[in-house]
Order: sequence, then structure tokens, then C-alpha cells
Amino acid sequence: MRAIVLSGILTLWAAWVSAFEVEDRAVFGPEAAGDTIKVISTADIAYFEPMIRSFLDRAPGLRVDYTVASSSELMKAIQDERQSFDLAISSAMDLQTKLANDGLAQQHFSDVTRSLPRWATWNDMVFAFTQEPAAIVLSRAAFADLPIPRSRQDLIQLLRQNPERFRGRIGTYDVRISGLGYLFATQDTRASETFWRLTEVMGALGARLYCCSSDMIEDVERGDLAIAYNVLSSYAVTRADTDRFHIVLPQDFTTVMLRSLLIPVTAQNRDGAARFADHILSPSFGPEASPLAGVDLTALQAESTLHRIRLGPGLLVFLDQFKKRSFLAEWQSAIVQ
Amino acid sequence: MSAPARQDPVSQGSIRRRLLLVQLAGAAALAVLLYFVVLSVTRQVAQQSQDNVLAASALSILGSARVSGGEIVIDLPYSALSMLDSVTDERVFYAIWLGDEFLSGYQDLPRPQRPGEAQPAFLEAAFLGAQVRIAAVERPFSTDLGNEQLSVSVAQTLTGRDQTMARISRVALGVGAGFFALSAVLALIVAQSTIRPLNRLTGAVSRRGPRDLRPVSAPVPSEMVPLVASLNSFMKRLETSLSRSEDFIAEAAHRVRTPLAIVRTQAEIVQRRVRDEDTRNAVREMIHAVDESSRTAGQLLDHAMVVFRLDDLACEPVDLPALVRETVSQVGVLSEMRDIDLILGRMEDAVVEGDAILLQNALRNLLDNAIKYCPPLAEVTVSVRNDGNEICLQVSDTGPGFPEGGKRRLVQRFSRGDNVSGVVGSGLGLTIVEDVTVAHGGRFTIDNNDGGGACARLFFPAS
Ligand SMILES: Nc1ncnc2c1ncn2[C@@H]1O[C@H](COP(=O)(O)OP(=O)(O)O)[C@@H](O)[C@H]1O
Ligand SMILES: [Mg+2]
Repeated sequence: MRAIVLSGILTLWAAWVSAFEVEDRAVFGPEAAGDTIKVISTADIAYFEPMIRSFLDRAPGLRVDYTVASSSELMKAIQDERQSFDLAISSAMDLQTKLANDGLAQQHFSDVTRSLPRWATWNDMVFAFTQEPAAIVLSRAAFADLPIPRSRQDLIQLLRQNPERFRGRIGTYDVRISGLGYLFATQDTRASETFWRLTEVMGALGARLYCCSSDMIEDVERGDLAIAYNVLSSYAVTRADTDRFHIVLPQDFTTVMLRSLLIPVTAQNRDGAARFADHILSPSFGPEASPLAGVDLTALQAESTLHRIRLGPGLLVFLDQFKKRSFLAEWQSAIVQ
Repeated sequence: MSAPARQDPVSQGSIRRRLLLVQLAGAAALAVLLYFVVLSVTRQVAQQSQDNVLAASALSILGSARVSGGEIVIDLPYSALSMLDSVTDERVFYAIWLGDEFLSGYQDLPRPQRPGEAQPAFLEAAFLGAQVRIAAVERPFSTDLGNEQLSVSVAQTLTGRDQTMARISRVALGVGAGFFALSAVLALIVAQSTIRPLNRLTGAVSRRGPRDLRPVSAPVPSEMVPLVASLNSFMKRLETSLSRSEDFIAEAAHRVRTPLAIVRTQAEIVQRRVRDEDTRNAVREMIHAVDESSRTAGQLLDHAMVVFRLDDLACEPVDLPALVRETVSQVGVLSEMRDIDLILGRMEDAVVEGDAILLQNALRNLLDNAIKYCPPLAEVTVSVRNDGNEICLQVSDTGPGFPEGGKRRLVQRFSRGDNVSGVVGSGLGLTIVEDVTVAHGGRFTIDNNDGGGACARLFFPAS
């Protein structure tokens, strides 16, 4: 009894000290269970709940304490505040890489990690478990009498030919506030110069800037937007009303974000974290792969046009303050005209 | 006098083994040396290549800095950091400084002391929980505030280098082991070929016949010339002394026998002339004594000759039946005189490796005995049998047989049986037979036949 009261007080105290911003939190598993695995993640609870439940079915006697935070808050919690989490799951590949690079992640070896493709692991610290392409989402209504653009060049041409129809009806990430948008944009520039031309064209047509994929998709669906560029396709396909828009994976190249996990050095339940990590990783690749993102969009695309963002120190380049400053300046001058 | 016991040479160490050991030890030392040399050279190369990549990365960052609108702009190239991670996953750190002002990257990253302007500086240090290699470059950089040194450090963890080193270690180990294995084979060949002339000489000398004391004439390596020279001179001396003792034996036989023969002839003449019975008996006894000494001298010389020849046994194939026939015909006169029937029994083909003169001498002694100890009208049968395994030369008679008890004793020198009763003898006959048989690798048995009579057998291994 004393122990429960004490632990309650400790939890409250922990919640009070925690300075990073928690968006949501849920605890799964039997109350009586001994071991708790503390997870901090950028993915919504609803998105991850099936995975947690299937894990707890296999590992009864464990609890999963799932905290949702934005990728920058996650970074803050682990890097600045050294909060104790057993598992950090994030779509921000650059920040995950930085955590590992700065020695804040532990190495993890298991049969599962050994079977991962080379691009899905970095330094045995960061492990990717989804492949989520950046797509162009088009409103079916707006494109009823127009050819569907299959590549960025198509899109540029289309916008140039029909400036009036699309003015103010194009949406894309505001890379100044969205880490994922910044990641997609910087990777686009690495692959091709067309990104800058497209950004200029979009800027000229008064593109609207968004913080998140879901907002963009909603606006396409409502008809406010005709085109949403660099939308996380996994958000689009999981919606019920996919018949209201086209999801186009550009054929010139499709940037693919890898959602990844790592075990922070501050983990207190390392074994539990390793088990959960292996559980998440095992269905991700391999023969009976069933990615979390539902339909595996990457399967539809020729392997050669898939630009998987590479985990590794290359990502640190765009986190450099000088680099970021000059990139944002250039982007801003292209889009805000 | 028995043949002197052959003394086995005292062997101490082996040239071949010593040669092998010395060479192997040398090869092992060289292999270890090779291992370390290969290791250190390739390690340097591995380190060098890592340093080159790090320096290239640092230089590309340094080159990306410029001043634009009074502000420092550093357009970090993507490849500057990604190239450090291209082969193996590496953690990568960098720091950019303008003079003492930290601009970007990891402020705590250790900086190699004073990188030269032309030369990058390197340092190995622990950083954020890992061992890293750091390269630093710098160049003068002018801003609105004046001239400062812009310096860039780039660091990388050592996963790839350590992997390369481990691979290099394995390769170096393989090189060392391979070198050693090859050297070992070579050492074996060298040792073998070094020892070959020695073996050849040994073979040539031991293959020689007992009388062959010619100098060794086959060419030998210069190191062996002194040995062969002393061997040759030793054989020369041996030959001289051998021929001297042979001469001596022949001379002694001649000198003893001839006067005895003269004495005997003279005594017979005297015996015939003398009418006085007492004197006649005395002379007869004298003749008997002369016969005895002549015979003893003869057998002593025979025995000496046998011993001498046994020292250095000849080894030629001897056709036993032929030898038997020849000897039987030689003693035929003797047996006829005594009215003893000398019969050739079964004569199977048999070849004994050995000295024909000695074998004949042995057989002669047996026949002499048989003729001596048998009464007239007795039969003496000589036979040769060969069952493919053993050859048996048998002399069997119908005389009184060997005295019972202590038959082996009769074989000893100067020992005679108690059945001799006036028969002349020296007690050396059976000794000679025994010595000859044993020297030929055979054995000698004496028995009495069931129906009475002596039976002496020589057994030789069939060749
Ligand atoms: N054929 C034989 N018959 C009987 N006795 C023999 C015969 N041969 C040898 N002996 C006995 O063996 C003894 C030893 O023989 P041996 O060594 O030849 O000496 P020796 O004939 O000079 O007495 C003889 O003294 C004799 O007693
Ligand atoms: Mg005799």
C-alpha cells in the first residue's frame, strides 16, 4: 500500500518536473503487472495501439506507458532533460540520427535486427520500421477534366498552363515550422533541381503553407485545395474517404521517410524495450511484411525511383544552423513572393 | 677366441634434425617479423586513408564558408558528413571555429593543437562515449571585423578502421603462417638434400664386399672430402694389416706343418728299420704324438683362419649341394682307407649366402669326426634339405654316437668326449662348426640317431 502511494507521488512529481510538452498519454496492460516499458513517440495513440496490444498479448505481465510528443519535444525530453524513456519512436529521422550520433542511444543486437536490410539500421542504434513515401495528393473534383500529373515536371507544366485554376489552391509544408516538411524539402533538393522550380511556381501561385499532413489532406477533401505537395501518404491511405482524392507517388523520384525507433541510454527497462523493439521490427520487413502504415505504397513503385532517406550523419548537415538558415532563406525567397 | 662383439656407434643428435630445427626457428622468427611488419605497414596505410577522408571532409567544409552581406555563410556540403559513413556506420562530429569564437557543430569536440595551415592536424580522443579520430584544418578568413583563422574539425568513430585493422590482422596472420609453412617445406627439402651425399656415401661403403677395401672414388661435397680421405687412408692401413696377418697365418701353417711332416716321415723310416720291439713301440707313440700335434696345429690354424674370416664375413651365394659333393670327394680317400662308406643322401637345391671356404671347413670337420670316430664298415650319410624356409645340412653316421650327457660341452674349445680312446683330436672341430654356423645366421645341433650313431645338423635360413 505504501509502495503504491509512493509510486503515485513519484509519478505526479515526475509529471510536474517534466518540462517537455506531452500531447497525449496512455498506459496499456494489467495494472498489477510489474515491468513497465516507457515509450515516447511522435505517432498518435490510435496509430500505435494495435501494435502495443499485439505485443502485450505475447508478453503478458508487461505494461506499456505510451507518451505522445512532437518530434522536437521528444528530442528535448531525451537530449536536454535526460528523461528516462525505454523506447523513442519518431518520424524525424534527422533528430533520431542526432540522438544516436550524440551518444544518447544504446546499441541493440538481436536476430531481428540482424535480419533488417542495411538501409533500415544505423550503427545498431536507430532502426527503421516503416517506409512512408511523400506523395502528391490531388483532389478528384479539381482534376476531373485534367490529366493526372505523374511527376514533378508534369506538375510544373500543369501549374504553368493553368495558373488561374490553381491559384491559392496549392498546399505544402511550411518547412519553417514542420520538421518533417523540412526533411522532405531538403531531401528533395538533394535529388533534383526541379524542387526549386516547383517551389517557385507554387510560390507564384500563392501556395498555402501547413504544419501537418493531416490538415492538408482535410483541405483537399473539403475542396479548399486542389493539390497538396509532399504529403505523408500513410496519412492519406489510412483515411476512409480515399475516393475523394488521388495519391500520386511522383515517378521522377519519391522521397521515402523511414519511421524509426531507438533505445535511449536513459532507459531503465532495457530488456523490455529490446523485446518491444524486436516486436515492432519483426513484421516490418521480410516475407510477411505488414507495415504499420497499412497498404505498403512503396510496393507500388519501382525500386529505382524510391529515394529512401538515408539514416546517417548526412542528415546532420541539414540540422547545422548555418545550413538551415541559408536553406530556409532560399526557400522563403522562393515560396513567399 | 670368439668374434669381438660388434659395438653399435654412439649416436648423439642428428644433422638433419638440427638443420631442420635451425631453419624452422629462423623461419618462425622471420614469420613473426613479417607479421608485425605487414601489420604495422598496413595499419599505417589504413590510418592514412582514414585521415585522408577526414581531411577531405574538413576541407570541403572549410571551402564552403564565405562572407555574404557581411555575414558568414557556411553551406555545409551534404557529402562532407555523409562520405564519412559510406562504408560502415560511423558517428560523425564536427566543429567550426572562427578564431576563438565557436560557430557551429559540437563545441566540446577536442581540437588538435595548432593545425598547420598547409597540413591537416590529427588527434585521437574520446568524445561522447566513443573513441574518435579527429582531423582539423584551418585557413585565414577575412570578415568585416578583420582577419581570423577559420578552423574546421571533423571527427569520426573508429568502427570502419577497427574492422579494417581486424581484417588486416587476419591477412597478416595468414601471410605469416603461409610464409612459415612454405619455409618449413623448403627446410625439409634442404635438410634432405644436405644429408643425401652422406647417405650416398654410407650406402656405397656398406654395400661393399668384405674384401673390398678400395678407396672411395665417387665425388663427394667438399665438406665431406676430409672424412672420405681419412676413411680411404684407414682402409688402406686395414688392407695392409689384413694381408700381413693372412700372410702370417699361411706362413705359420707352413712352418709348423712342414717340419712335423718331415719328422713323421723320418720316424716311419726309423720304425721300419728298427727291430727292437720296445724302440718300435716308442717310435709308434712318437708318430702318434707327431700326428696329434700336426693335427692340433692344423686345427688351431684352421680355427684362427675361421675367426679371422668371421670378423669380416664374405657374403656370396654358395651352392650347398655342389660344396657338399666337392668336400665328400676330397675326403673320399680318407674314408676308403678306413673302410667307411661315405654316402651322399638327399641333395635338394639350396643356396646359402656366405663364405664358401668357411662352410667347407665346417663340413670337413664333421666328416673328419665321423670318419675318425666310426668303426670300419660304418656308413656316413651327408644330405641337404631345403623346405623353402630353412636349409638343413646333415651329417649322420652309424658309429658310436656322441657320448651321452653334456653334448653342448663338446662344442666348447678344446673339449673332447670320453669316447675318444686314442683317437687323435684337438677338441676344436665342433667349435669351428658352431662358430661358422652362427656367423651365417644359422644354428648347430648334435644328436644321436635312434638306431645309434651321431647326427650333426647345420640349419641356415633359406635366402
Ligand atoms: N661322429 C662322432 N661320433 C662320436 N663322437 C663324436 C663324433 N664327432 C665328435 N664326437 C665327440 O665330440 C668330441 C668333440 O669333437 P671335436 O670338437 O671334433 O674334437 P676332436 O674330434 O678333436 O676330439 C670328440 O672328442 C668326440 O668325443
Ligand atoms: Mg674333431
